[in-house]
Amino acid sequence: MTQSAVQPTPASPTPPGGHLLDVRDLHIEFRTREGVAKVINGVSYHLDPGETLAVLGESGSGKSVTAQAIMGILDTPPAHITAGQILYQGQDLLTRSEEQRRQVRGKEIAMIFQDALSALNPVFPVGWQIGETLRQREGMSRADARRRAVELMDLVKIPAAAKRLGDYPHQFSGGMRQRVMIAMALALNPKVLIADEPTTALDVTVQAQIMDLLADLRRDLNMAMILITHDLGVVAGVADRIAVMYAGRIVEHADVRSLYRAPAHPYTKGLLESIPRLDVRGQALATIKGLPPNLMRIPSGCPFHPRCPYAQQVCVDEVPHDLVLGDGRTSACHFAQEVRDDSAR
Amino acid sequence: MTAPASPTKVRGETLLSVDNVVKHFPISQGVLFKKQIGAVKAVDGVSFELRRGETLGVVGESGCGKSTLARLLMRLESPTAGRATLEGRDLFKASGSELRRLRRNMQMVMQDPYTSLNPRMTVGDIIGEPFDIHPEAAPKGSKRGRVQELLDVVGLNPEHINRYPHQFSGGQRQRIGIARALALRPEIIVCDEPVSALDVSIQAQVINLLEQLQDELGLSYIFIAHDLSVVRHISDRVAVMYLGKIVEIGTEEEIYERATHPYTQALLSAVPVPDPDARTDRSIIRLTGDVPSPADPPSGCRFRTRCWKAQEVCATQEPHAVLRAADPHPSACHFAEVRAAA
Amino acid sequence: MSDFETVAATENQAARRGVSGEPGTPNQVGAPQKPRSLAGDAWRDLRRNPIFWISLGLVVLFTAMAAVPSLFTGNDPRDCLLSRQHAGPSGAAILGYDFQGCDVYARAVYGTRASLLVGALAALATGVIALLVGMLAGYFGGWVDAVLSRVIDIVLGIPLLLAAIVLLKRVSTSSDNVRLFAVIFVLAVLGWTTAARVVRSSVITAKEQDYVAAARMLGAGNGRIMWRHILPNALAPAIVVLTIALGSFIAAEATLSFLGIGLKAPTISWGQDIDTGRIHMRESATPLIVPSAFLALTVLAFIMLGDAIRDAFDPKLR
Repeated sequence: MTQSAVQPTPASPTPPGGHLLDVRDLHIEFRTREGVAKVINGVSYHLDPGETLAVLGESGSGKSVTAQAIMGILDTPPAHITAGQILYQGQDLLTRSEEQRRQVRGKEIAMIFQDALSALNPVFPVGWQIGETLRQREGMSRADARRRAVELMDLVKIPAAAKRLGDYPHQFSGGMRQRVMIAMALALNPKVLIADEPTTALDVTVQAQIMDLLADLRRDLNMAMILITHDLGVVAGVADRIAVMYAGRIVEHADVRSLYRAPAHPYTKGLLESIPRLDVRGQALATIKGLPPNLMRIPSGCPFHPRCPYAQQVCVDEVPHDLVLGDGRTSACHFAQEVRDDSAR
Repeated sequence: MTAPASPTKVRGETLLSVDNVVKHFPISQGVLFKKQIGAVKAVDGVSFELRRGETLGVVGESGCGKSTLARLLMRLESPTAGRATLEGRDLFKASGSELRRLRRNMQMVMQDPYTSLNPRMTVGDIIGEPFDIHPEAAPKGSKRGRVQELLDVVGLNPEHINRYPHQFSGGQRQRIGIARALALRPEIIVCDEPVSALDVSIQAQVINLLEQLQDELGLSYIFIAHDLSVVRHISDRVAVMYLGKIVEIGTEEEIYERATHPYTQALLSAVPVPDPDARTDRSIIRLTGDVPSPADPPSGCRFRTRCWKAQEVCATQEPHAVLRAADPHPSACHFAEVRAAA
Repeated sequence: MSDFETVAATENQAARRGVSGEPGTPNQVGAPQKPRSLAGDAWRDLRRNPIFWISLGLVVLFTAMAAVPSLFTGNDPRDCLLSRQHAGPSGAAILGYDFQGCDVYARAVYGTRASLLVGALAALATGVIALLVGMLAGYFGGWVDAVLSRVIDIVLGIPLLLAAIVLLKRVSTSSDNVRLFAVIFVLAVLGWTTAARVVRSSVITAKEQDYVAAARMLGAGNGRIMWRHILPNALAPAIVVLTIALGSFIAAEATLSFLGIGLKAPTISWGQDIDTGRIHMRESATPLIVPSAFLALTVLAFIMLGDAIRDAFDPKLR
């Protein structure tokens, strides 16, 4: 681990060839009766083919809003994208027409949600719902769509797929419904799968099954995946890189191993220390004091400073840039190196 | 607030003993003449003891009956059968003034801090309601002072007595719920998933508060949760439930280090650990399939349909939660054995 | 910066518990998920809804007219001279005279009282019945609910006007007050069902809330739970339904009076005036149009007011 000098850099350095998906300096605000909530304040991240990026954050951090912006399913109003680019294979999705975006949705980038029950239509059999996309977008015949639906259900390991084609969503268990939703997302062979809290509503043993399935599918189909979650445990097992979000910003971005070994942002450090661990038995849990900020009144300087044990006057006055640490990771903290050195101890 | 635990009350004595409690919800058919066609066996013969000053964790997946168990203990549901002895009385048979008196000794903190507080009442009214219902618990005129004291105890500003619940964040609302549960100075508090609706950074604050209150007030907790890490952190003893039954019960160490029931072992191995290196070290037991319906549980051992150890005997003979040779704590498995260290 | 200060300020006192933070700085994003009271939200909506202000203005106007009709006209509606029959508008009577030679405008103004009284009292009686039946059915459920719900179905199946005609035909007395209360009674007895259903369903929703379970665990009895926890949550939707019902009761009263089985002279009511105006429509249309317009505006005002309040309270529409 080299300790090169900390230096400010642009948010997302682009390697030659370009990324598969590249979100650049995205700003989104929600204009409501009560005022303007700055939900996303300059988020940049990228995704390369075949890799898994985890976006970690608590409620209100903006992790899901970013994904909805990529999919083009934000409710506008109240949401307004005020700045930024979302490049998919080099082309900015935000400048495309709605019709062009519809072509991308599902076929290039697909999304699965936390709540499979409300994402599926209760009055149609699941086989019909999986096949619907194929008939509409691919112009498949009924019989072909049916055959493909069985294949997809086999792919997501739903037992006796052919027999269950005619069943309705409520006849499936929570884990099986999640599989049906994954099958629907995979119908058009997307290159990117965005999974928004895919296992939060599931039990531990079923959660493990679904995470395994997603990892297998990603490998077998060579998809890239964005995994949105609040669960530090889930991330550790599957992700290649992690972006930690707080108050609409990415505060830390690193590969999984270095982040867990030595978090370089006080928020990440606080989160890791505040969760009870199954494998480590300790006394009172460390806590992060205070509450996440109201997005209509984000604190000056670093948004985390009111809750931060490292905070100094500079944190109140100046917004920290993404500082590139020697090992290629970034942290938006004035004291990133100090925090990392403390964590590594 | 002074601790109710007086020197005469011995830590470790049994406060509450639950004996073979059963709750079947009837499934009925027909509009006018309802006919019972079956029953959901939500809780099916659960026994345990709660000792003074300890935390008994209850873990299990959704549908295992842990929340129904909490509702039974709080008398929100009537049990189909069984006994629960509190202060020498059968809690399930008590009614009228006797039940009111027993309720003073056992309170509950609920899961959802958004629905468990009446949006049309002020915080003062919410925390003061126990005193309205039990006027004997607070001398006349002392209610306001008691409510403010309670707010202070749970770490809220006593001056916020006239605010409404929606003016507080989720973690603060959960503190209000805890203050309400503490008002009557109960010895037992049932916590039903008290932190699962909260954000990660807020969970630790509430867990620490619960632990601190236990130390100061000598409380006993029944801590129900699906998060095994949280349960391990807070519990002295742990009961693991599956399909309405306790499959294994023991000290925190016995359950987490020397579990002998295959279900407990699978559950523990499936918990995601926030350490990328741990994943490769641990051998994870992958259970197949889903939890069977509690309306039609498997014969014999209820876990046998998902168990890799299942044999003939598991289908015909129900294993009871008794001490097993493998490790001296009750485990409901015919083939109980400690899993070799991974 | 302000957040930083408030957090720091409460910290000393809260430090002991390892807490900080300040109510009023909720951790949610923006407005969509922000918890706030329903009534506060509704009021914010209503305040900027022109329909609400227009209908409220009309309701206030007609209520004032019913309370103190002499404020709106100096003429006596019962001062009728056949010599003025169908005389046109003049300084003495701004909308002219009707067949009997009575001031058309004055009669419409004085007719407001009977109409509003019938509407308001019928709505009030309806509200009492609906709350009682709805609370009992929703709270206790089981056979109580089964019986009461069937009663609601049966009453709902009776056509309001037809039943009112049948019942009122039997009231032979012509005493003012007796007829007035007979009309109110008939409308209330036949018109409470919709409100009762609304109350029942909001009671069922409120009953399932965790805070009701919390009160029960504290040992609260049924009375306390219904009064403190359920009634306040069932009241708002009931009031909305009743506002709309008030408008339709006024219309029903006018219909009954028009048919000659509702209010009778000497009580002045729009329904009767519309009836007499209709007979002599060829000679002069004003005596028909004026009370009809008053009636239509009043009914509309109440229905619009109820609609506006209901929309403001309906979380699905926001």
